[in-house]
Amino acid sequence: MNTTENIRLQDTSKGRQLKDKLILGLVILLSLITISPIVLIIGKLVAKGYRQISLEFLIKNTPDTYTAMTALANGERIPGGIANGIVGTLIMVVLASAIAIPVGIIVGIFLYENPGKRLANFTRSLSDVLQGVPSIVLGLISYLWVVKHVTNGYSALAGAVSLAIMMLPMIVRSTEETLKMIPNTLKEAALALGTPYHKVILRVLIPTGFSGMFTGILLGISRVLGETAPLMLTALGSSMINLDISKPTSAVPLLIWEFYNDPNMIDLIWSSSLMLMAIVLILNLISKQIAKKTK
Amino acid sequence: MIQDTIAEIKNPALSIQDLCVYYDQNKAVKNVSVDIKKNTVTAIMGPSGCGKSTLLRALNRMHELYDNIRTEGKVLIHDQNIYDVPAIKLRRQMGMVFQRPNPFPTMSIYENVIAGYKLNGIRLKKGEKDEVVERSLRDVALWDEVKDTLHKKGTFLSGGQQQRLCIARALAFGPEIILMDEPTSALDPIATSKVEDLLVKLKENYTIILVTHNMTQAARISDYSLFMYLGELVEYGKTKNMFTNPIDPRTEQYLTGKFG
Ligand SMILES: Nc1ncnc2c1ncn2[C@@H]1O[C@H](COP(=O)(O)OP(=O)(O)OP(=O)(O)O)[C@@H](O)[C@H]1O
Ligand SMILES: [Mg+2]
Repeated sequence: MNTTENIRLQDTSKGRQLKDKLILGLVILLSLITISPIVLIIGKLVAKGYRQISLEFLIKNTPDTYTAMTALANGERIPGGIANGIVGTLIMVVLASAIAIPVGIIVGIFLYENPGKRLANFTRSLSDVLQGVPSIVLGLISYLWVVKHVTNGYSALAGAVSLAIMMLPMIVRSTEETLKMIPNTLKEAALALGTPYHKVILRVLIPTGFSGMFTGILLGISRVLGETAPLMLTALGSSMINLDISKPTSAVPLLIWEFYNDPNMIDLIWSSSLMLMAIVLILNLISKQIAKKTK
Repeated sequence: MIQDTIAEIKNPALSIQDLCVYYDQNKAVKNVSVDIKKNTVTAIMGPSGCGKSTLLRALNRMHELYDNIRTEGKVLIHDQNIYDVPAIKLRRQMGMVFQRPNPFPTMSIYENVIAGYKLNGIRLKKGEKDEVVERSLRDVALWDEVKDTLHKKGTFLSGGQQQRLCIARALAFGPEIILMDEPTSALDPIATSKVEDLLVKLKENYTIILVTHNMTQAARISDYSLFMYLGELVEYGKTKNMFTNPIDPRTEQYLTGKFG
């Protein structure tokens, strides 16, 4: 190999290094652009909201606008908290899960078991359509079904039904997809031992796919936690903690909307949003952790 | 082409009569008729794709899982057609070991061995369970390797250990017939010879039907052999006779390595 060739080789390797660096820089830049909104949001929420967060914020009901105005005028921290919203959200999310999880898992198993059947295909398409329905429309449907005919008035139950309809397609899909990923050989192994079919599903397929299904459920929950629009038409809101599911109730996102509309309470928006965001993030982290653990 | 000696099989463990299996329109097993003798090892041989696994899986009605597979013909066990017996009962009489190891990933080694009891809701006392687990794992020469890690997941084992675990799982439930689809294809020579010794020992109590690609294995441990080609049963007879004096030219070609 003579010297000129050597130099040319070095040149190209230098050129390649430059290209590598450029691409690396570009990748880093794009990643920064992607993560910057979430960082900015959290930063803003923490900066503006942390002052209101305290034990009182978690266990007291929302103040009325006059109390808030007085506190503002005296330059004090706004008294009270969002306990009514937290309790309402909890009740409705638990109720919605109690409705959507069993139904979603059963439908998901049905879809997995009958991949080519017409009823299954129809159900799957409907479930996909449902996933795309705007949440306010689901609120409207729950209003027509539950508010008008079941509880005869705005209620936590109506709110829970609208959230359940929203969670349903996510749970159906994640159940079906998770089961599909389980190799057939496992099913065969169980059947070859003389296991009845329903036990193959209950004792082998569901435990094997548990983490995937659980992840789907947690993502569904974190999705509906922040829903506001359907609750406006169903749960309405309440300034007190209300444990009766046939009566109107508050929810954290509903409170945020109310605070937004009240100039005296605007400071509470940030702390409430921070709370909501923290819960959603924690749920997301848990589901990621579970997904990772069982891989 | 069935050798004369076969006509003598009385009171067979299984009597396969005119069995056909179709994948959609493709006939993968063509009118196979064979009597399997009790307490023997019967080897199913033949080139890749000739229908060995398909035949084996027809015997415990595994094909019923799939809509595109159709079977015709009869298989008699205790003079009863397997299609007239509930599938669950049939499969408890026939253990199956698959081509690739498939332990249950959510279960420990211990639970995998007694999975047959667990999944069928049969309760055993702790002492009985321990005994079944130890005996089955000793049978497959896995006990010494796993006795300290019985409560770890079965999927942490090596491929060969997993396969022996799966054999133990099939044995633990006490079947009459054990169907095995190339059970040693994932094992090293030492583990393979352990499993082969096991099969020879097991035939005192069980009837074993073994699909194998390995001709020396068939020669070493099987009493009867069945040679298949393109879905047809070409030749069936005592292994010794088939290896020393094959009747069909295709069998001879296969045994001498001309194809397969
Ligand atoms: N699930 C399936 N769907 C459609 N055709 C199949 C399927 N499984 C097997 N076949 C076809 O049936 C024939 C027999 O396959 P089989 O698996 O029984 O062969 P084999 O003798 O066990 O081969 P190998 O030694 O490679 O395991 C092959 O031609 C194959 O293409
Ligand atoms: Mg095969």
